[in-house]
Amino acid sequence: MPGVRRRLTPYLLLLPGAAWLLLFFAVPMGFMLVMSLEEGSLSGGYHLTWNWGIYPTVVEQYGNLFARSVSYALATTVLTLAIGYPMAYTIAFYGGRLKNALLLVVVMPFFVSFVIRTLNWQLILSDNGLFFGTLKNAGLLDRSFRFLATPGSVIFGLTYNFLPFMVLPLYVALEKIDRRLIEAAADLYAGRAQAFWRITFPLSVPGVVAGSLLTFIPAVGDFINADIIGARSPEVVMIGNVIQRQFLNNNNFPLAAAMGFVLVAGTMILVGIYTRLVGTDQLTA
Amino acid sequence: MGGSRFSRWLLPGFTGLVVAFLFTPIVVMIIFSFNSPRGHQNITWQGFTFDNYLTMWSRPDITGPLLTSLVVAVVSTIVATAFGTMIALSLTRYQFHGRSIMNLLIFIPMTAPEIILGASLLTLWVALGTGRGLPTILVAHIMFNISYVVVTVRARLIGFNRALEEAGMDLYATESTTFWKVTFPIIFPGILAAALLAFALSIDDYVITLFSAGDTITFPLWVYGASRIGIPPEVNALGTIFFLTAFAFIAVQVWAQRRGGRGEEAGTIAVASR
Repeated sequence: MPGVRRRLTPYLLLLPGAAWLLLFFAVPMGFMLVMSLEEGSLSGGYHLTWNWGIYPTVVEQYGNLFARSVSYALATTVLTLAIGYPMAYTIAFYGGRLKNALLLVVVMPFFVSFVIRTLNWQLILSDNGLFFGTLKNAGLLDRSFRFLATPGSVIFGLTYNFLPFMVLPLYVALEKIDRRLIEAAADLYAGRAQAFWRITFPLSVPGVVAGSLLTFIPAVGDFINADIIGARSPEVVMIGNVIQRQFLNNNNFPLAAAMGFVLVAGTMILVGIYTRLVGTDQLTA
Repeated sequence: MGGSRFSRWLLPGFTGLVVAFLFTPIVVMIIFSFNSPRGHQNITWQGFTFDNYLTMWSRPDITGPLLTSLVVAVVSTIVATAFGTMIALSLTRYQFHGRSIMNLLIFIPMTAPEIILGASLLTLWVALGTGRGLPTILVAHIMFNISYVVVTVRARLIGFNRALEEAGMDLYATESTTFWKVTFPIIFPGILAAALLAFALSIDDYVITLFSAGDTITFPLWVYGASRIGIPPEVNALGTIFFLTAFAFIAVQVWAQRRGGRGEEAGTIAVASR
């Protein structure tokens, strides 16, 4: 009898949490797929008509919005990598005893709500706000200059908000590198640049991959930055904005569900291509 | 290593600039929390006041959502921490079939775009015909918190010395006595860190909550709605209070770590804070 109990224990421990994740994460994904194939209205009810035709419609009608969201998310990933790598490198290699404190400094701003942070950026970057207003009053900038509601402003907001998702995995990967390998490279007459590109950087690739995914995936579905910093301008809205509006304002559930599903599938395909190209399988959380 | 201009000036200088960039909106938030604006437009400095920190407590439109958020955060933290800790224990100490599927089930919700988690739950509520409100918000928060708890507690369990438990058993302690007297106290810092993380994620969540809220308003939802007509200065005052509270918690964590244990929990807190 104790043997049976022992064998059952891991499953009993898993049961409540796993059931919760299955019921409220995995199952809803299925419901979203089913919902996308239904037709009807909120008042009249929805009926499953296997309306696969909605998918070509979504791609045709919103293809440019998907492309825009992917390009914003890619730009964000590249920018966070360019900013985050030197920073993670500095903390990992020159942080000394201050390493942990420095990491906490990096994440501290993110203990203020996402919404409040982004609202304050809007305040800073608005047309006559703290930053551009001051420049304009000093005569350094044309009165008509506008940063809010431009693609650059949305990418700026995304980059700010997702920077720690890049810095932390990079830091973890860089911190793990055995310093003796770099010393060995120097002993073998490698220059600093050569040692970096042939030893340090390749060993940090798992961090680059993890950081890129943790930045790209949430960025591509984001709608808060386009909403607040992008001022909901039609030129900068992302696919997330439309999904949210169709779900919550227009109650067009089948269309919104189909868009959500295209977003999930598209993201997974892109992530698959990326991990295949980079060829890393060290993606454990 | 030292010596080159690159490592001595350029890298630290750049890092300093990035830190300044990261703190810019926080500094503005703190300054403008003391602003006394005329009307709704809290965009230019009008004069110093401490009122924003005092008046908000007598405004039910602020305290109501704040209370709702606290209830959601406390309940979802307790449930998710219990469920997540059990999963972490199961994954680190037993070999069983379905481990890789379980790992996937934990990993995917952390990487999926939030809008997808929120929207798919909404389709479930619509299909089931349930209304939306406090219970559905709670279900959603417990769901997204479980994964983060598992990852945080597991980090603590992986460095765990099993010999301590064996010693307990050798001394005729039962399995449950061993757990509560040996295992639990050792992994407790990890559980605490996981709970703090879950609380922080829950109290700040906007996107997922939006889809399960119905007419219920949590604090982030209220902030978002109120900001449509200009950021009320009370928002910055509350943001400042949140910031200082988090700062105090981190300080305690760092202090606890200094006394022993490793920095992994802080790392996961960091990764997950959005």
